[in-house]
Amino acid sequence: MSINQPDLPAQSFRIDRTGLDELLAALKNRGYTLVGPTVRDHAMVYDELTGTQDLPVGKGDQQEAGTYQLVDRGDAALFGYNLGPHSWKKYLFPPRHKLWQAELTDDGLAFSEPDQATPPKYAFIGVRACELHAIQVQDKVFAGGDHRDAHYCRTRERAFIVAVNCSQAAATCFCPSMNTGPAVTSGFDIALTEVIAADAHYFVMQAGSQLGQAVLDQITPCLADSTEIQAAAQCVANARAQMERQLDTADIQNLLYRNAENPRWEKIAQRCLSCANCTMVCPTCFCSSVEDTTDLTGSHAERWRQWDSCFTLDFSYLHGGSVRTSTRAQYRQWMTHKLASWIDQFDTSGCVGCGRCITWCPVGIDITEEVRLMRENDMASSENSQRGGR
Amino acid sequence: MTMTKPKLAVWKFASCDGCQLSLLDCEDELLAVAGAIDIANFAEASRDIQPGPYDLSLVEGSITTAHDAERIQEVRRLSKYLVTIGACATAGGIQALRNFQDVKEFMAIVYASPHYISTLATSTPIADHVHVDFELRGCPINKQQLLEVITAFLHHRRPAISAHSVCIECKLRGNPCVMVTQKMACLGPVTHAGCGAICPSYNRGCYGCYGPMESPNTKSLSAWLEKLDVAAPDVARLFRSYNAAAPAFKEAGDRHE
Repeated sequence: MSINQPDLPAQSFRIDRTGLDELLAALKNRGYTLVGPTVRDHAMVYDELTGTQDLPVGKGDQQEAGTYQLVDRGDAALFGYNLGPHSWKKYLFPPRHKLWQAELTDDGLAFSEPDQATPPKYAFIGVRACELHAIQVQDKVFAGGDHRDAHYCRTRERAFIVAVNCSQAAATCFCPSMNTGPAVTSGFDIALTEVIAADAHYFVMQAGSQLGQAVLDQITPCLADSTEIQAAAQCVANARAQMERQLDTADIQNLLYRNAENPRWEKIAQRCLSCANCTMVCPTCFCSSVEDTTDLTGSHAERWRQWDSCFTLDFSYLHGGSVRTSTRAQYRQWMTHKLASWIDQFDTSGCVGCGRCITWCPVGIDITEEVRLMRENDMASSENSQRGGR
Repeated sequence: MTMTKPKLAVWKFASCDGCQLSLLDCEDELLAVAGAIDIANFAEASRDIQPGPYDLSLVEGSITTAHDAERIQEVRRLSKYLVTIGACATAGGIQALRNFQDVKEFMAIVYASPHYISTLATSTPIADHVHVDFELRGCPINKQQLLEVITAFLHHRRPAISAHSVCIECKLRGNPCVMVTQKMACLGPVTHAGCGAICPSYNRGCYGCYGPMESPNTKSLSAWLEKLDVAAPDVARLFRSYNAAAPAFKEAGDRHE
């Protein structure tokens, strides 16, 4: 959906799996490339879909800090998983992207647009509430302000979003702490809630945009009754009730700013691998490096942008050297930016509580736990300042 | 702009030849390489060996004999730029496993007449002996990276070779982490990028062929591996392979011996 579209009054419909296949077919007929969850390499990833058969049918997952395992749910759920390692940023802000190419000619350098200048029209299937917020966070970065990113905007404006309400939560989820879920509220074209009961399996569906309504009208769903709407609401309530982790955001900017020299950072650095996995899986992390390449003859040059991370030495390389050489400084930069200075910069937190950085940290560092420990060892508290932190 | 092409020499020390083969392996680009640079001394490719000095020397292999320790000094004298290629040249290679054992004992077991063998007790990287202008990592090196180093040299710029973890390459490829999903031992988080995360892409943990990355926290990774039920001797073995003598991996191996 386009970036700023008003919400529509919600009218709820009911479809079954066949109806969902019709919806996907309708989107395909409109020229959309369907992308969404599918199982590959022991995880749920986002990839191209041909229909509901490609979804993680009957699959769920168990997640904890540094561990992820797919499990069989024992039902036919299509969206019974929680988040995997991928996020939608891989489509909106691709991992590697050619910005331009140039040839050396007799008249000087001739620049040209790369082949992928016109990205596909994507339909994102199964976007969760925290992920919608993550997309909105990246909208501010890439589509807000004076310097709009052309590729991002082109992909984003043409994307169709089928959101899905969460019916369960992973142990690593903490979206309620960040006010980003589990209920989908805005920023979608169509929203679904999957309801699985003993004798029924259906989806309660709403349109969130004029375009969403038009697609929905094409598949002529029947109106959902109040029991079905209630069952859908209960699913989301269940997900909320399952949330175990919390991140206390009270006065978090000042907490992190005044603790810039807290010895806790050194403790984290002892465990942190500075491998950058957290930043790669984070749906809002937007840092990249831009690299120019030349061929052997020097007659052809290309400029590529690729994901980079505040955990690499090259990323903070200024004239004469890297300005963040210790893991302590790198982790502090990442967490302080994500949770505090992001608010100064973009008027929103950089964290949406998806928990990916917790699950996919190879040594299980937990951002919620690190915030809790920072609070416990707050240098502003008289007890801790006497002890010099812990 | 000078019309003479820069002269390239390729040197071999204790190694398997795999890295210099990467240059011949640049099939599609080999003519372009030969067009841009004068391959003046490359014994594996041609008997036509032209005398030095050379503008760029690619050095493969480690120093394992007194003779080679002298020869590398001569190579340095003949070379304007000296670039080491591969784990042997940059870290001592797999043959640096001798550094942890008694070489005389090896010789007695392997050779019928060990007194013919003249060797040093250790295998050491080239940079321990002479000044090295750039180290290209890998066992073997990645031929695209080799081309990048040669191209960068030709155009007087810094090679675009990242020293961060293999994890970044793995995530750029969209691989779910094998450690997180399968509890597999993987050296990716402490290993220098460059291979394109080949092993995790084929459902194996990283073997650490490119040696330690820029800020390797082997202590934390090892502690986690032990939590994943990898026994201490197995952790030591993980670090004791192609880059066993690279300081960060050596220290990690020693800790779990």
